[in-house]
Amino acid sequence: MEMNASDIKHTPFPAAGTMTDAEREELRRHGILLTSLEELYNWGRSNSIWPIQFGLACCAIEMIAAATARFDIARFGAEIFRPSPRQADLMIVSGTVTKKMAPLVVRLWNQMPEPKYCIAMGACAISGGPFKQGYNVLKGIDRFLPVDIYIPGCPPRPEALLNGLIQLQEKIKGEKLTGPNAARHVRSDVNNEHPIPEYGAHDLVPSKNTALWSPPASPTT
Amino acid sequence: METVEQLRDRLLARFPSAAVAAVTNPGAAAEHSLLLGAAQAREIAEFLRDDPVLRLDYCSNVTGIDWPEKEITDTVKSTVPDPAGGPSKVVETKTVRVEPGYLEAVYFLYSMALKHGPVIVRLRTANRTDAVTLPSLTPVWRSCDFQEREIFDLFGIVFSGHPDLRRLLLWDEFVDHPMRKDYVEPDDYEWEPTAHDEVLVRAKAHQAAVAAAAAAAPVPVVNPTSSAS
Repeated sequence: MEMNASDIKHTPFPAAGTMTDAEREELRRHGILLTSLEELYNWGRSNSIWPIQFGLACCAIEMIAAATARFDIARFGAEIFRPSPRQADLMIVSGTVTKKMAPLVVRLWNQMPEPKYCIAMGACAISGGPFKQGYNVLKGIDRFLPVDIYIPGCPPRPEALLNGLIQLQEKIKGEKLTGPNAARHVRSDVNNEHPIPEYGAHDLVPSKNTALWSPPASPTT
Repeated sequence: METVEQLRDRLLARFPSAAVAAVTNPGAAAEHSLLLGAAQAREIAEFLRDDPVLRLDYCSNVTGIDWPEKEITDTVKSTVPDPAGGPSKVVETKTVRVEPGYLEAVYFLYSMALKHGPVIVRLRTANRTDAVTLPSLTPVWRSCDFQEREIFDLFGIVFSGHPDLRRLLLWDEFVDHPMRKDYVEPDDYEWEPTAHDEVLVRAKAHQAAVAAAAAAAPVPVVNPTSSAS
């Protein structure tokens, strides 16, 4: 189907005309399903997120527990952990990212095709956690990757991971396919390959991707 | 099993030229150990492994210790008689000596065959700077491989005769050995809302230094917290 950007009026959800959610729900009860291409596409994608199968520390144990029968991540369509980044949609950074591991994590991210998402799971992946001022742990994966969802906890329970996944699904369902606010993967002007840092004498070089992340300013200065 | 002293005497009888000493542990654990000279350590290790009474066939753990140089003050009390015939005086003479620092590798040996252990063996380097080579015991106990690599990585002891001596945990380009007492941590503090305790103290010092440097050189700094990180 050919679509020109000028044909589509950018209205808040629902994309189809001026119909309200209540009217749509009323029609649905009579067996008429009204939807938009955008909504259908995002619904399909958000219910089939394939994570890349890799774990870094104790958070990975909770991630594995979330995939087992007790918590069952399959209820949310994300049970197919792919061993290849080429087939994955979601990178769950589950655990401590050491400076030795960080370039490899960025490389895996670069190897994943769009659309792709990143969850920083646990205190270490968010900020370095208890190892923040150590010599060998990255102070948060958001220095090198665009993180979509942060899940706090040390480690977060499987329910927290599932909640993070639901949050990510909501984010995907809200994505636009056209217009100035279109999602990253439908745009040609956004490069989502990030430079891989080198190993330096004491830290990674550069120690952060300044295009993605800048240190918080002190409120006193 | 033999005590450490008995073992030391037996080793000295078997290797008359070797330097073997018993290091006692005064604590409740009473984990006494044997200090071996580096020159004969390899031969003695093979003896410990093959001796029919000991058969220490399993090295469970190897760890490193950094002993920095330390000043020790020795106090000697001596009695000086008063020439006038009065009561004699007690004079304290204090001598300060510097004990040179060294690095140490500690091996914990058990016998799977005879179900006893541990026998703890220590090896010491001559100093902490240029003579940091010890004989590798990996040819004797295969399980020492990664552990000696870790000690090489974090303490900087060079194990001669190790089959694959590379850094284990840190990357090859890393300089320094972070588990040494004189290791200087990277000064890369950033503002964070929940800093506390020692981190807060060090972060404040770092911020003050950055602010002083910014004041000394009035170059427009985009973000003062990021300039030194």
